[in-house]
Amino acid sequence: MDTYVHLVPWIVIIPLVGFLFNGLFGLFSESFQTRKTLIGSIATLAVFIPFLIAAYLFILMQGDSESVSVSLFTWIEVGDFSTDIGYRLDQLSLLMVLVVTGVGALIHFYSIGYMADDEGFWKFFSFLNLFIFTMLNLVLADNMLLLFLGWEGVGLCSYLLIGFWYTDMAKSDAAKKAFLYNRVGDFAFLIALFMIFQVIGSLRFEDILNGTNLFTGEQVFIIGLLILIGATGKSAQIPLFVWLPDAMAGPTPVSALIHAATMVTSGIYVISRLSPLFMLSAELMLFVAVIGAFTAVIAATIALTKYDIKAVLAYSTVSQLGFMFLALGTGAYVAAMFHLVTHAFFKACLFLGSGSVIHAMHHVENKLHNEGKKVHFDPQDMRFMGGLKNYLPHTYKTFMIATIAIAGIPPLAGFFSKDEILVMTFNAGMGAYGEVYIGLWALALVTAFMTAFYMFRLTLGTFHGTFRLPGKIKEAKDAEKYLHESPFTMTSVLWVLAGLSIVGGFIGIPNFVVSTFTGTADVNLISNWLDHVTLNADLIIGKEVEWLLLFGSVVIALLGVFTAFRMYDYNQLEASDAGISEKLGAIYQVWSDKYKLDEIYEGGIVHPTIRFSDRVLAVFDIRFIDGFVNAVASIVRFIGGVMRYFQTGLVQTYAYGIVLGVIVIVAMLLFR
Amino acid sequence: MELDWYLSLSAVLFTIGVIGVLTRKNAIVVFMCAELMLNSVNLTLVSFSAQHGDVHGQILVFFSLCVAAAEAAVGLAIIIAIFRNHLTVDISQINLLRW
Amino acid sequence: MESVNELVTILPAIIIGFAGLLVMMLDAYIENVRLVFRTTTLFTLGALGIAINDMFGHSGEAFYGLITYGGTAAFGAVLVLIGTLVTVILSRDYLEKTGSHIAEVYSMILFGTFGMLILVSANNLVTLFLGIETMSICLYVLAGLVKNEKKGVEAALKYFLLGAFSTGFLLYGMALLYGASGSTFLTDIATLDDKGMIYWAGVALLLVGFFFKISAVPFHMWTPDVYQGAPTTITAYMATASKSAAFVAFIFVLSRALPEARAEWGDVIWLFSILTMVIGNVLALVQDNVKRMLAYSSIAHAGYILIGLAAGTDAAYSAVLFYLFAYTLMNLGAFGIVAYYEWHKGLDFTEVKNYAGLGFKQPVMGVLMSIFLFSMVGIPPFAGFIGKYRVFAAAVDEGLISLVVVGVLASAASVYYYLRVLINLYMHESDPGITLIRPGVLYSATLIILAALTIYFGVKPGDLTNLLGSFKGISY
Repeated sequence: MDTYVHLVPWIVIIPLVGFLFNGLFGLFSESFQTRKTLIGSIATLAVFIPFLIAAYLFILMQGDSESVSVSLFTWIEVGDFSTDIGYRLDQLSLLMVLVVTGVGALIHFYSIGYMADDEGFWKFFSFLNLFIFTMLNLVLADNMLLLFLGWEGVGLCSYLLIGFWYTDMAKSDAAKKAFLYNRVGDFAFLIALFMIFQVIGSLRFEDILNGTNLFTGEQVFIIGLLILIGATGKSAQIPLFVWLPDAMAGPTPVSALIHAATMVTSGIYVISRLSPLFMLSAELMLFVAVIGAFTAVIAATIALTKYDIKAVLAYSTVSQLGFMFLALGTGAYVAAMFHLVTHAFFKACLFLGSGSVIHAMHHVENKLHNEGKKVHFDPQDMRFMGGLKNYLPHTYKTFMIATIAIAGIPPLAGFFSKDEILVMTFNAGMGAYGEVYIGLWALALVTAFMTAFYMFRLTLGTFHGTFRLPGKIKEAKDAEKYLHESPFTMTSVLWVLAGLSIVGGFIGIPNFVVSTFTGTADVNLISNWLDHVTLNADLIIGKEVEWLLLFGSVVIALLGVFTAFRMYDYNQLEASDAGISEKLGAIYQVWSDKYKLDEIYEGGIVHPTIRFSDRVLAVFDIRFIDGFVNAVASIVRFIGGVMRYFQTGLVQTYAYGIVLGVIVIVAMLLFR
Repeated sequence: MELDWYLSLSAVLFTIGVIGVLTRKNAIVVFMCAELMLNSVNLTLVSFSAQHGDVHGQILVFFSLCVAAAEAAVGLAIIIAIFRNHLTVDISQINLLRW
Repeated sequence: MESVNELVTILPAIIIGFAGLLVMMLDAYIENVRLVFRTTTLFTLGALGIAINDMFGHSGEAFYGLITYGGTAAFGAVLVLIGTLVTVILSRDYLEKTGSHIAEVYSMILFGTFGMLILVSANNLVTLFLGIETMSICLYVLAGLVKNEKKGVEAALKYFLLGAFSTGFLLYGMALLYGASGSTFLTDIATLDDKGMIYWAGVALLLVGFFFKISAVPFHMWTPDVYQGAPTTITAYMATASKSAAFVAFIFVLSRALPEARAEWGDVIWLFSILTMVIGNVLALVQDNVKRMLAYSSIAHAGYILIGLAAGTDAAYSAVLFYLFAYTLMNLGAFGIVAYYEWHKGLDFTEVKNYAGLGFKQPVMGVLMSIFLFSMVGIPPFAGFIGKYRVFAAAVDEGLISLVVVGVLASAASVYYYLRVLINLYMHESDPGITLIRPGVLYSATLIILAALTIYFGVKPGDLTNLLGSFKGISY
């Protein structure tokens, strides 16, 4: 292993080269900007080659291999403080690298087709490469500071890509919103960094993880809480998740890559990385679990009410991330990482599938415009869709597979990972704060039902039934003739991801499933892989209970699917929703209004802050601060304005200056 | 001590040179005053050299003479160029560059 | 025959001196300016390579202790030769475009460089004097290069008269030190026990001579006029190579000849450092001409460097050397771009308001200018920041808190005038009548390399600082 460690920096450097190449050539050469195949291939390769390197390292590495660090150079050295640009390769970081580069490469490839008509093609791909570069820095960093650099870097890339079509004011606002909400979390994260440094005197993970005994209980709680706040920003948890649905303003591949598969999981990665620290405080763990469970259920309820297919997927992402946090809070770091991996597969597949649908709907709109009809509709709204399975067969099939996977139906990927989380939550119910964990487990079960339900609502509403657009808008009669399947570059990626959504779960088959029949078993690959680098809670409950829970979660998922089929299978989308709304009344309204969180933040924090700034701070700033600064500046300028006239331009004035200096120096030295 | 007389003479000459640079208006005269300063230093060097019984001081004098000669060549050329451009060598009227 | 073998220790100087003579002959017999340019560039490049190699070699004295080689001296030679090389390369296009491309420039530059190379290795008052004067006389000529340009000639006259004036003080200082100690060797002067009036007067006048060369306030007044009047690339040469050489020699004198008097000259430098920083920055604030602003900025930089000299430790000296390196890179770059803008409208195109909107016309040049100016402000991740930081840190270690406070405040004020240039470049409407020619490959490549080095040594200063730290006890 050690002999191949020199490969690690290349994983990071190659995407950077891709970014610089496309970015610089695109910036300076207009003819380069039109060579889209070249740009796309280079960008894809810049992610695919690191994937191959990571895969090679993966083959070489064993589950019990020690972590290796490789330091490129000393980055900052101030007094006792010294930080390297150094990378740490262990099972956890390598798993993240595989996900980031693997899914990343697929999405790059998909984007070649998706973005083909966009003018900012080169810019898009150089940003994507920059994102991969910063994300890899985040997951590979061997110290918290470099991780923070990556953390900020992915935030920047997310901002750039959400606002990629920045001429649309709403999109650029969404980018700002994402950036600002992240800042809140980043601030807490930064304070956590300072506190860790204060205690440990170093920011290297090795020192932190070996020095957990130096922290007092109180410090663990506060630092953990601050890191958690940071993570709730980046990973879209309560209370900071409201930016993620808006982030869907970006191009769909961006939503798939950044806002589903990779960046939003960085909070989970960081907490897993610091698992020995988090495990020190049961209260902290409970806090994490509560945040996760409530985020999961709240986001799921909102997802029930949305018609925008990307919004449904966005809330579903928030909800699934909530599941991962729940897993973290129960000490099931392996389960969290496992769900992270499978989620990356099926959620990327779903987003890219929705991209394919949006692509098709856009095409319809454009063609209708070409006919001279002034038709305007939202290409993301499923009320105008329906029946698409006949027109986009590949998209339909892959979307369906991913939906089954996320719904948690065996033996697809989502089933295993979600079941593991439910089992571990129930398991935590046997330990400290057991009653609360049992409550969270019940909440998670409800969420699992809702997940199956709203995901099938989405799929059925989009692909089953008949094409509703001609019925809604008279002018769009016969519009279905313009529906067409996306090109091969896009559907091939969908199929790869769908395949992974089918088999991805097999890396985490619970041991008891096999051991019931054979006595002992060692089939849970991901647990073996990660056990070494994360500190996991012990499994207390017996096999019988596990079987019970497993069947329970299958039944729940099937129930959700069944209900969805009953309600939505044939063009009943709006009718059924109206039915639910009538039954639930005000509650449904709250869900549909997204719990009014945006309005609460706006009214409770944003507006008061603006008012305060406007009336108090601005006045203070203008009158006192600016006044003081301006006064100093004008005094200095005045002095300068007078003094410049000593510079008369006459040689003899200058000679007098010299003589004056001579007198001063001689006086200082001779008459001390 | 005899050395003091030499040093005093040289100091007086040096001061005359400095005052000349500070007060005269003609560029050539100013330059000659600067040369006077150098030559007065040469006198100091020679007298120290004699007192120490060491030749290094005298060697430095030779070099300073060479430098003075080179400076004179360059300096006079510059003054000629000034005269061609400004039609005067009065340094109190040459102040295009200022403030 | 010891001395013949020792010739190798001053190989860069020999190469440059030979090249100067060769170029003069070529000019006289062949009259091919391009050939002269190429010869100059190649020889300078060769000398630079040898000097860089010398930095890693051993160090010591040669020629009976008249000069030192290796270590700090070699680093000084590298600074000087970088300045020379870039000046030569930038001068070709600049002088061609402004219509004063003559071959004598190159031989004068080479002879000046020869003087600087002697200066940075001087270990004796005689070599020191010779180095300074060889350098200065060439600079007088170069300042007045454009014979029919009123301002240029005026700059030359001022530089020349004041230079000769200050030489008088310098030589007097040397004479008195010689008188007090009986030797012209720097290290012998250090061993003097009985420090009388003559000694202290000598120290004072020697300081005057150096203060003039590095343009410390109030010996600075020639600087803005000369920098503004001289051809821009020559200004770059004066601001970087000659200043670096003077500073390196200053370090040698302070550390080798006057270590015993450190407390006394420390006080003097303390005072003049504050004066230089404050007045340099305040006057830079009110300048409207970019070259003049850069001249005051270089005065201000000299003030920051003096902080390091006032600290007077080995750590401070090595910080000063790093600062000089960063200073050389960013000043060459900034003057290079000022020179580039002058291509288009002739020699008077240096007012700040002339630059309105030019940043977008040739984006590469605009970006480079931003890099150089930000580095001068002292903003990370540029080399200027590291230089400033290291100098300040070394001074804090010596308890010179007040100096550092003034230094930090002064650099904060400096943001104003540096950014003013950028604001003009980017935020003002450009004159539609101006079209900028694309700079040649060599010209822009040189500037890009300077910028890349500015960033590189700002991000990763470790190797260089380690090397500079390894020059044990600044005395070779």
